Amino acid sequence: MSTSTDFETGHSGHTTAFLTDSTLCIGCKACEVACKEWNGVSADGFDWSGFSYDNTGHVGHSTWRHVKFVEGDPQPGFGGNSGETISWEFSSDVCKHCEVAGCLEACPTGAITRMEFGAVYVQPDICNGCSYCVVACPFGVVQKNVEDGRAFKCTFCSDRQRVGLEPACAKACPTQSIKFGEINELRNEAQDRLQELRARGIEDATVYDPQDTSVGGIHSIFLVRGDPRTYNLPPKPEVPTIYLKDGWRSAGIAAGMMVVAGLAAFLSTPSKNGKRLEGAAR
Amino acid sequence: MRDPARREHTPDAAREARLVSIRREAEKKGRLVEQGVRPKGAPFPKASPETGYYGIPLLKEPQWTWEIPVYFFVGGAAGAAALIGALAKVTGKDEGLARDARLVAAGGGILSTGLLISDLGRPERFLNMLRVFKIQSPMSVGAWVLALFGSSAGAAAFAQVVDDRLKIGPVRVLGNVAEGFSAAMGLPLATYTGVLIGATAIPAWNHNVKTLPIHFGMSGLGAGVSVLELMGHDDSPALNVLGIGASAVESYEGVQLEFKRDSVNRPLKHGLTGWTTRLGSVLAGPVPLALRIIASASGSRRLRRAAAWSSIAGSILTRVGWIYAGHESARDWRIPLQIKETPSTPELTSRRDIPQMRAG
Ligand code: SF4
Ligand code: SF4
Repeated sequence: MSTSTDFETGHSGHTTAFLTDSTLCIGCKACEVACKEWNGVSADGFDWSGFSYDNTGHVGHSTWRHVKFVEGDPQPGFGGNSGETISWEFSSDVCKHCEVAGCLEACPTGAITRMEFGAVYVQPDICNGCSYCVVACPFGVVQKNVEDGRAFKCTFCSDRQRVGLEPACAKACPTQSIKFGEINELRNEAQDRLQELRARGIEDATVYDPQDTSVGGIHSIFLVRGDPRTYNLPPKPEVPTIYLKDGWRSAGIAAGMMVVAGLAAFLSTPSKNGKRLEGAAR
Repeated sequence: MRDPARREHTPDAAREARLVSIRREAEKKGRLVEQGVRPKGAPFPKASPETGYYGIPLLKEPQWTWEIPVYFFVGGAAGAAALIGALAKVTGKDEGLARDARLVAAGGGILSTGLLISDLGRPERFLNMLRVFKIQSPMSVGAWVLALFGSSAGAAAFAQVVDDRLKIGPVRVLGNVAEGFSAAMGLPLATYTGVLIGATAIPAWNHNVKTLPIHFGMSGLGAGVSVLELMGHDDSPALNVLGIGASAVESYEGVQLEFKRDSVNRPLKHGLTGWTTRLGSVLAGPVPLALRIIASASGSRRLRRAAAWSSIAGSILTRVGWIYAGHESARDWRIPLQIKETPSTPELTSRRDIPQMRAG
């Protein structure tokens, strides 16, 4: 990364994004496989979670794309021969590449940086594994790999984007559930798709794109059905830097209290210099 | 054993009647609406606006090791000790105290760095912290503060040792300058940890960002006073006054927390993390406060020492309690999803059974 200075100038002009459309997702996990193969991400281990077909649970250091299997309440009366059916949605989750990214702000080493197309990228040669980004991400995305000692998350396939290719997950997706492109175009596309779905009677379709929070918008927009909270998408994500002002003010007050208390304590009490030898002899 | 589903049944009147009613309904409506058989384990976990995504935590748990809360304690005590030493010297009230305070500050600086390196895994990883300075990252600010504090406190202690043996004037002056600088750095060192955890996405932490730095700063002050007392300064009246001040503020902070009723603060009040935090508050607040007040009336050094041990234990427990309350808080998906608790909201369960939660 350090060979190019372009990346330090921040993102200007062409900002890229994902639009993940859960109404098109078939839950095949091709994106997860493509991501792991392209990026050489280690295995998650194999355990049954008991949560539908989801055995990884959430995005993490070894799961950069994560397909959610959203099983809702059984709906009696809609299942043909089975008497009832469940609502079952799929949605491929990923790092949100926030406009104002908590992880990037918090990183003390400068390992997390903004790429020219707007991606938030962890430079593995600089990360020292302090794991402060982990508690700074309002979406619970970036995670430290304890065995490796560094933090990992989706790179937005920065290596592919630099040579003009789409990210591996978007390329592998067989239903175009993962769309990749310029952010404003995708935002328009999301609205068009929303209208189309509504016109077809899918009233509960929603676009998840929180722009009026301190996160200031995300570069991974989602189209889901129903309440986004069902998909663990927070209604009001906040970047933790908004707490800094209150925190440092309080630290200043604390420091003032310590100095004043210290001065008062010494000035109000008798000198002990004469008795020093006695103290030292103990 | 045979599969229970294929077990042979003995016909009875009730079951026969049921079969007849099924046929009647089929004849009447042309279809049958029934719940069917619920397999073992039902009802299954579900995703909904009330449970989030199967109740899998939205936020990631902190991944710091045990070294970090201990570092919070050591750094707080060392920072406060540097301040106490400098003030003892500037006011000209206690040369002996100033001397020992330099040693405590320097020792604490070394120990703090060691603890941080141990959390990171390799020494050179700490150096990466000093690659850049980022004012918006409390972790970066803290790393620089610790580096500057450690080197100035170390220099002051070294100058002390040299000056004691060789009596070199310039060394003494340099030592005093370093001492002043370490006291100035000790203030942020003792308080920044509150900002560090306050300015995160963890609800129980960021909810208390306005009081955490004061809480931790006073906890550090109480601990710094106590360490110096246990080194033989248990007859210093100034230290007792400072100890009373620190434990009074800590008592106030503890009471404040008790009065907070919102669910965000639950990990700080209930369960193992809640009781650890509470025990820390009691041991750093009312207990030493009472002991010190009695001690200042009676002049008892034993009570002073008891108060000091209590403050130190309380200070450690406070940091441990707060850090692990953050783990607990990260697991509560309801807060970031803004899910109001109703009687039907499922109980918060630990999701350690999910593969990655275990692997960390
Ligand atoms: S979602 Fe989290 S990890 Fe991704 S850019 Fe935003 S803050 Fe960083
Ligand atoms: S773990 Fe790495 S990427 Fe995350 S904040 Fe620390 S240095 Fe930055």
